Amino acid sequence: MQRIINFIIRNQNFLLFALLFALSVFFTIQSHSYHKSKFINSANFISGGIYNSSNSISQYFGLKEENQVLLEENNRLKSILFNTNVTNIDSSLVDSTSFDSKYRLISASVIKNSYSLTTNKLTINKGVKDGLKEDLGVITSKGIVGILDNLSGNYASIISILNTNSKINAQLKKTNHFGTLEWNTVSSEIVQLVDMPKIAPVNIGDTIVTGGRSTIFPKGIPIGLVTDFKLDAAEDYYTINVKLFNDMTNIGHVYVIENIDAEEIMNLLNNDE
Amino acid sequence: MNNSITINSIRFIVLILVQVLILNNINFMGYINPYIYILFIILYPIKNNRSLFIFLSFLLGLTVDMFSDSGGVHAAACVTIAFIRPAALKFTFGAMYDHQTVKFATAEFISNLTYVSILTIIHHFVLFSLEVFNTSEIILILQKTLFSSIFTIILCIFTIIIFGKRK
Repeated sequence: MQRIINFIIRNQNFLLFALLFALSVFFTIQSHSYHKSKFINSANFISGGIYNSSNSISQYFGLKEENQVLLEENNRLKSILFNTNVTNIDSSLVDSTSFDSKYRLISASVIKNSYSLTTNKLTINKGVKDGLKEDLGVITSKGIVGILDNLSGNYASIISILNTNSKINAQLKKTNHFGTLEWNTVSSEIVQLVDMPKIAPVNIGDTIVTGGRSTIFPKGIPIGLVTDFKLDAAEDYYTINVKLFNDMTNIGHVYVIENIDAEEIMNLLNNDE
Repeated sequence: MNNSITINSIRFIVLILVQVLILNNINFMGYINPYIYILFIILYPIKNNRSLFIFLSFLLGLTVDMFSDSGGVHAAACVTIAFIRPAALKFTFGAMYDHQTVKFATAEFISNLTYVSILTIIHHFVLFSLEVFNTSEIILILQKTLFSSIFTIILCIFTIIIFGKRK
């Protein structure tokens, strides 16, 4: 016993080092899986508060571009509004699963953004108090951004699509062939769409949108354009490089999408099992 | 003694704020960031309670991790260099370290450079290995280590020269 205690006292620094190192590795491994990085994330009172106050200063520098983005979005929405002949819509033809009846949007502003790591995350200034929950989708007016991960009272962190852990269902706009959206860490402008069946008629310049196969994103949110594609090693599926519509390095305001029916759909799926 | 505690506390807070608010957003050429918060570990007083020093380094890394949502990669890298710092000091300063008379501001440029380089490269290597977390991407890890290290070493040396002269 004496010897064991002596050994511990003699090597206390090494043991402390080993313990702390193991703890850090444990935190690292935890951060690689969804919703497990509970202790160490920037959606907390201190770091959220500091980022929020620094963002309240720095956002003034981007006001001009932000206005431009809003103007473009308004322009697009107005043109849809004016070109739709409202009187001609037959009420029996209105799709009951259309966008506005199933989804709720919450606007938020990004207070921290990263895009140079392999597991990038963003932080926004809305949290549980504003009605956010885990696993909600996040978009901008141009395209998708990511999925909500950890939440605190006033802040929430988002797993960016530029994150090796991110896997999002996506499809071709013109057909219903779908695949999984991943990121190979090479460029912050290009993401990869894998497992797209060989039979799909992919062309360079095609638009990729979100698929409706998950409860997170509504179908048809724009993602990006096909820049090039090749068959994978087994020659059964395409791996497609997709250039994002969003500039992920410059994101100011985002919308969080809540699918009001998500719980019902999840219950239904769980009953099947 | 009191003075040393104040200086190191201020250094701890200032370096973290500079790191997370300014340097994490540089992204030179897409992914190169300097990590000069390790100056806290580099410049920590030579005469110290080693356990406390390792623990403080862990805390420093963990705070940076908290701000950058990176799990525990900075914490792991920081405890590693805190643990091997005495060996690095002995290697570069030799007899001066044995007599506990090392002063970074007045030491020779070459010894300073070697000492900072050793710690920086080890820190960055552990950092990026854990961040990428994939042995098949070893080239990416080495590439990131090399470029970020150059950036960090230059900034650290400049900071030591600029802020060291006053005392």
